[in-house]
Amino acid sequence: MPHTVSIEDTGERYACSSEESLLTAMARMGKRGIPVGCRGGGCGVCKVEVLAGDFETRVMSRDHVSDDDRAHGRLLACRVYPASDLSLKVIGKLHKNVCGSAAGR
Amino acid sequence: MALTGVLRPGHAQVRVLDLNEAVRFYRDVLGLVETGRDAQGRVYFKCWDERDHNSYVIRESDRAGLDFFGFRVLDTATLDKLESDLQAYGLATERIPAGEMLATGERVRFTLPSGHVMELYAEKDKVGNGIPLVNPAPWSKARDNGIAPIRLDHALLYGPNVAQVHKIFTEVLGFYLVERVLTPDGNANAAIWLSCGQKVHDIAFAEYPEPGKLHHCSFLMESWDQVLRAGDIMSMNQVAVDIGPTRHGVTRGCTIYAWDPSGNRFETFFGGHLPYPDYETMTWTFDNFGQGLDYPQRKLHETFLTVVS
Ligand code: FES
Ligand SMILES: [Fe+2]
Repeated sequence: MPHTVSIEDTGERYACSSEESLLTAMARMGKRGIPVGCRGGGCGVCKVEVLAGDFETRVMSRDHVSDDDRAHGRLLACRVYPASDLSLKVIGKLHKNVCGSAAGR
Repeated sequence: MALTGVLRPGHAQVRVLDLNEAVRFYRDVLGLVETGRDAQGRVYFKCWDERDHNSYVIRESDRAGLDFFGFRVLDTATLDKLESDLQAYGLATERIPAGEMLATGERVRFTLPSGHVMELYAEKDKVGNGIPLVNPAPWSKARDNGIAPIRLDHALLYGPNVAQVHKIFTEVLGFYLVERVLTPDGNANAAIWLSCGQKVHDIAFAEYPEPGKLHHCSFLMESWDQVLRAGDIMSMNQVAVDIGPTRHGVTRGCTIYAWDPSGNRFETFFGGHLPYPDYETMTWTFDNFGQGLDYPQRKLHETFLTVVS
């Protein structure tokens, strides 16, 4: 049974089963909102804060998720699998850049 | 002999978040040959056509990324010479004893101003590619297992101080600059592609604020057709693909970028032009970086600039 995921920043909603990560389901449906990177918990760009809902997680890099993050539901969307309807806000971004900030402008 | 000094990329050690999942990926999907496991729990792989015992080593960790990247040098006299040259240049070096990595001799380790740990070594056991040295067949069954690249080709690393790294590779280690991308103001290099032989690159660096980052390790394919086949196998196995199949403007290589299950990017690469050390460097302006990255699409994919492990 798919759950409904709401991205509070953009009002975007999409369906995600408990077998699929929040990030893959979003990308597969052609939705936007959470930055998509490695999809393996290694790069950190897809960081979100879960505001409400139940979920399971798979292993993710400690470079991007501290114990404090984990305690507050600040997690990598590519490693979070919903167990209920869920709402989140986006806190990661594609911010670092080749040649510092200059290249990104 | 024309090729002396540093011969080639020899090994990469990469951190993975789940060892068993990573072993299944590298062995069954990428199609590397597992050649050993050590007491630290590291798993050793080689590409099927490589003759040395290992070229790609994975270690379970709570974060992804690159531990170190190593180059094979001609012999132990060369190793000693390069070590003293690095020290004379002002870099601290460390000797890692023979056997610390399986089937591998003493290594000279140093850290670049970009934060990456580099190694040089002269000895790694030759285990062969499964094909006899007398009257060899062109390939063996191992070529058909998974994506099955033929060798670890190069790495692209992201970190600060690329200008200093450039000097170390060209002034101490005998590399030459094949191609570069300028910074937006045109006054420095945003990215550099360096060769120690006649390959289009053996290592590349891009300027990035965070030190020690891995952009990708690259594996060599035998043909464009094999790159397309790699793309099919990635999709069959739901591998996260970043860019491609396409062709780079820089190097002219054909490519797919994708990620391992821990978010370490890798590349399946074919082709590229053949430079010589006397050739002039080719330069890309920053506004043409899109073509440099993806020649048909002329697009500077944002993930290329921002997603690293
Ligand atoms: S996309 Fe890289 S950590 Fe989620
Ligand atoms: Fe590459």
